[in-house]
Amino acid sequence: MNFPMPNLLPAYAEIFLLTMTCIVLVVDLFLDDQRRYVTYVLSLLTLAGCAFFTIGIGSIPGPTYTFNNMFVSDLMANVLKLASYIAVAVNMVYSRSYMADRGMLRGEYFSLSLFAMLGMMVMISSNHFLTLYMGLELMSLCLYAMVALNRDSATSTEAAMKYFVLGALASGLLLYGMSMIYGATGSLEMRNIAKILEVGSTNRVVLVFGLVFVVAGVAFKLGVVPFHMWIPDVYQGAPSAVTLFIASAPKLAAFAMAMRLLVNGLIPLAIDWQQMLTLLAVLSMALGNLAAIAQSNIKRMLAYSTISHMGFLLLGMATGVVDGNWLSAAEAYSASMFYAIVYTLTTLAAFGSVLLLSRAGFEAENIEDYKGLNRRSPWFAFIVLVTMFSLAGIPPTVGFYAKLSVLQSAVSAGQVWLAVVAVLFSLIGAFYYLRIVKLMYFDDPVDTAPLAVRLDMSVLLSANGVAILLLGIMPQQLMELCFVAIKSL
Amino acid sequence: MINFEMAVFYLFAAILVFAAVRVITARNPVHSALFLVLSFFTAAGIWMLLRAEFLAIALVLVYVGAVMVLFLFVVMMLDINLDRLKEGFWSYLPLGATIAFLVVVEMVLVLGGRYFGLQALPAPADPGANYSNTRELGLLLYTDYVYPFELAAVVLLVAIIAAIALTMRKRKDTKYQNPSQQVAVKRGDRVRMVSMPSDKGG
Repeated sequence: MNFPMPNLLPAYAEIFLLTMTCIVLVVDLFLDDQRRYVTYVLSLLTLAGCAFFTIGIGSIPGPTYTFNNMFVSDLMANVLKLASYIAVAVNMVYSRSYMADRGMLRGEYFSLSLFAMLGMMVMISSNHFLTLYMGLELMSLCLYAMVALNRDSATSTEAAMKYFVLGALASGLLLYGMSMIYGATGSLEMRNIAKILEVGSTNRVVLVFGLVFVVAGVAFKLGVVPFHMWIPDVYQGAPSAVTLFIASAPKLAAFAMAMRLLVNGLIPLAIDWQQMLTLLAVLSMALGNLAAIAQSNIKRMLAYSTISHMGFLLLGMATGVVDGNWLSAAEAYSASMFYAIVYTLTTLAAFGSVLLLSRAGFEAENIEDYKGLNRRSPWFAFIVLVTMFSLAGIPPTVGFYAKLSVLQSAVSAGQVWLAVVAVLFSLIGAFYYLRIVKLMYFDDPVDTAPLAVRLDMSVLLSANGVAILLLGIMPQQLMELCFVAIKSL
Repeated sequence: MINFEMAVFYLFAAILVFAAVRVITARNPVHSALFLVLSFFTAAGIWMLLRAEFLAIALVLVYVGAVMVLFLFVVMMLDINLDRLKEGFWSYLPLGATIAFLVVVEMVLVLGGRYFGLQALPAPADPGANYSNTRELGLLLYTDYVYPFELAAVVLLVAIIAAIALTMRKRKDTKYQNPSQQVAVKRGDRVRMVSMPSDKGG
């Protein structure tokens, strides 16, 4: 038999990451707690190396397929991977002193983070149901374990258990849907499925039946209503550093998964899945924003805020194809992609501020902990102000442009009512973001202990806040990058 | 007309359904586990009828041989209070039964013979006597599907790391021996010589 060697070049970043993660895993065994920084530095260097390879691969024009067409490297994959590297690296920096204070800064934290990163990269680059699922499981397994890392905390264990059971259920739904689509089309490769569907001789009932399950699986991973039940409990129960991790990069991977499954694979069924996504989006924006108002726990509040943001993100995906033609689809999908990246950037700063306020023996969990932050540290209060403005979508922060571009795509698709609903719920949402700002600037501090923040975190958090502001003043480059990336699909 | 193959299929299918129902209705968890073994075994038989001999043998070896034995151990070691587990069964039954009924009806409508019958998906041609399922699977697994195969290996590695990270812990009160210290011990470490002033006077 003859078997052509797969072209390994497009997957260099993945291969490098896997190799380095195994090295980090082994090196860490020989380190004691005082020298844990070696693991930390090695992990960050690994991510930098991956970024180097991804940028190098990005210079190859056009999508490249390898591993028997199971792996695709295109501009969207490379942009999302780069954003994920940044998110994971920032997460490591932010969480270092938090985890060290709680005795959780062990090697497994870093190796599980890196393995989760690998899972996300596999998802982002998948062109086959099988690899998409493997990447998803690789990522999810790491996340379950990371939620439970604080083994002696009952709430963490409960959150991990809940996440695990519901995650397994969602994977089952996804697989069931995939098997239906396989049954109807006879293929697992996404490009191929799209081609078969174009011809249109396949059975529509079976396809739509499978599609419902696939959309449910994607909705669970994004955490949109009615598949959102795990989000508040997991966000609250997990250690804050792990919550930051779950809330940031995996959302990019979930977005990529939705794009690969629905747009790359099932675009001829757009008329069906757009209706489902519209329903999910409206429900999420409603429930997320209304429930967030009632929360006094900052992590729960941000969890409901995540639900509403994911609803907003789906809005862009639900308005791509109008009357069966996808001429303006690239604009709508690139608006969603821009939204996903902006959301990740802003979330990093939002949960970064939770970690900033926590210290050894003290968990900043209530929104009361933000009281009088301006007196304790005017600069960080300003960073949180920018972050909250961006989450609420107030100019001149980048969150404004993210919301604007999604709304534009909804209006240009003729769905004006959807845009009106989205704006209304954003207005309601602005209330709980601005409440944080009010607490910081107009209330007296309850907790007067000085902020003990490491230099690397304070530099990075400042840079994060400034990036939100700068991108808000000139969002053009990033928007164009997203547009070109989606166009290249 | 029922030929031999069909008769075997219906026999296996009947046993499978019976065993699967008993898994969830048996009162004793050990019996449930044993019925699960039976259902795996008959499922392997059905796969054998479909000429998937590698999968059939793998199911028996892996699930019956390894997983279920482990499962039985766990079930025997745990003290499961069945009455507590069955609490609320009757109050949830109407809702659960309604949903289950709806799902079954939907699945029958879609998965019935109309879309997945022999007309829609004809049986594959007989591959001949020398056809080896195992060989074909191996060829595919290590060539076309090498990428997901490697990923599966990584998932297993992560499972090991996660299991160790979550369960291995150093307890403060654990007592253990250090043989090298025991061997190298000197008399002075164990026995303390105390010089007592001798009793004068006598």
